[in-house]
Amino acid sequence: MKITEQEVRRVADLANLALREDEVTRMAHDLDEILKHIDKLNELDTSDVEPMAQVLFDAEETATLREDRERSPLSNADAVANAPVTSGGYYKVPKVIER
Amino acid sequence: MTSGPLHEYTIGSIRAALLAKKFSAEELTQQALAYAEAENPKTNAYLTLSPERALNAARAVDARIAKGEDPGALAGVPVAVKDVIVTRGLRTTCGSKLLAKYVPPYDATAVIRLEQAGGIIIGKTNCDEFAMGSSNENSAFGPVRNPVALDRVPGGSSGGSAAVVAQDTAVVSLGSDTGGSIRQPASFCGITGVTPTYGRVSRYGLTAFASSLDHIGPFGKSTRDAATLLKVIAGRDDMDATSAAAPVPDYMAALDGSVKGLKIGLPREYFDGLASGTSDRIMAAVEVLRGLGAEIVDIHLPHTAYAIAAYYIICTAEASANLARYDGVRYTTRSAEAHTLSEMYRMTRDEGFGDECKRRIMLGAYVLSAGYYDAYYLKAQRVRNLITRDFTQAFEQVNAIVAPVSPFPAFKLGEKVNDPVSMYLSDIYTITGSLAGIPCMSVPCGHTAENLPVGLQILTKHFDETTMFRVAHAYETASN
Repeated sequence: MKITEQEVRRVADLANLALREDEVTRMAHDLDEILKHIDKLNELDTSDVEPMAQVLFDAEETATLREDRERSPLSNADAVANAPVTSGGYYKVPKVIER
Repeated sequence: MTSGPLHEYTIGSIRAALLAKKFSAEELTQQALAYAEAENPKTNAYLTLSPERALNAARAVDARIAKGEDPGALAGVPVAVKDVIVTRGLRTTCGSKLLAKYVPPYDATAVIRLEQAGGIIIGKTNCDEFAMGSSNENSAFGPVRNPVALDRVPGGSSGGSAAVVAQDTAVVSLGSDTGGSIRQPASFCGITGVTPTYGRVSRYGLTAFASSLDHIGPFGKSTRDAATLLKVIAGRDDMDATSAAAPVPDYMAALDGSVKGLKIGLPREYFDGLASGTSDRIMAAVEVLRGLGAEIVDIHLPHTAYAIAAYYIICTAEASANLARYDGVRYTTRSAEAHTLSEMYRMTRDEGFGDECKRRIMLGAYVLSAGYYDAYYLKAQRVRNLITRDFTQAFEQVNAIVAPVSPFPAFKLGEKVNDPVSMYLSDIYTITGSLAGIPCMSVPCGHTAENLPVGLQILTKHFDETTMFRVAHAYETASN
């Protein structure tokens, strides 16, 4: 096994997912299959290859930023229109600091 | 096959008919909407129709024509938009239960540009949840059926956008492609689909899945229609820092160029384990190109076999970060059971995301986690570089590469849903071009013995969509 159910629970914690017990078992199985395939990458010696995070990152055509100009933002009403719970134009969430 | 009001119409013939006053844009839009509504239950390709927006846009086109103004390159053309591309005031679900009621407050740049060109958005199309899938079976709103064979999948993740064009309920459509999500459904549905160079089309308003791999691109029934739509949406956009400033050429002028003397590469690695029904069609297409004067050259792309492993590390790592925003605060859905902040995050996400999204979020969080980052994520980025170098070296020898799109034609609904690895492996021929960020497209190249469409993939170097379209158009013309 490349990944245990205990590790699955730890990663679910990192990813903010509340997996049910049956999901943990299935996830461990599925991730194990995928990680076995991914092991194939170890056949390659990549010690002298630079990591590529982005396509054409250094190309002149793409390495450009827009002019920093003032633009009108979304209105407050538009910005919170899709939120499940709002109050006075703000997003409302459960208490952040619990006693 | 279908014979609805849009059957046999192209962008060009709609424009000509409008200018000759054969019908108005409003009349055509009304017919298109009625036909889409009547036909949609067969395929479930549309999630939302937008009659009000469409008829307003059509009336604006008619007004421009009445005033003698140019009505735009897409005048009166019924267009469908994949439901991961945001539309202001028009529900955009991303195929997810989490966003079933999400109404975006802005339009994607590609949407703004196509409407400015007179295009008529008649609806939003079904897709795999957050564009994660190869069969459109991961949609929270049910799978899409392939109009060519209703017991089969249309491909994914842009299955709805491919199906509506094949079904004649839209003339062209927008999809998105991260690892093959435009080319594979185009091949399964027997139409043309284009993944342009990374950065050619602004991603502003495309719901982020894997930002270094995400593309918006067009579907159509011909190279000409797909190229016309690409020309409209392409080009630098200040709202996307990765959109390219490179000038967008006149693709139409390039279409009629000859392929005589062009060197076209055939990558040997793409033919191992290929179903014979597919392989025969691809080789027949290669002979057509040879007959047109192209020089066919054997080439090697030696790192092809490592592409899927690298891709599923990179795309899931990026997805786990991008999907963190669906936390119960801003996007419509919050678990009713959650009482604390932590429960709000966890339960909203557990209830909201489907299995495939959870798998990818988990894999992404795992490969990025302490102790694994170098072994998985950095390793995958290095392999991505090797795959890109394969293409760079190949394009020193050849002008274009042709290959299959998928190892097999459209499969049956349910056939692969319980085997994620086998579903991932089916993307082998499209993922390489996605990792390199080069332009690639799928062109119909006949049918298998079971009468299922096969797609020919054409790939060229960065920003050389022109040569890709020339090869596609020459093949299309010769084979018709």
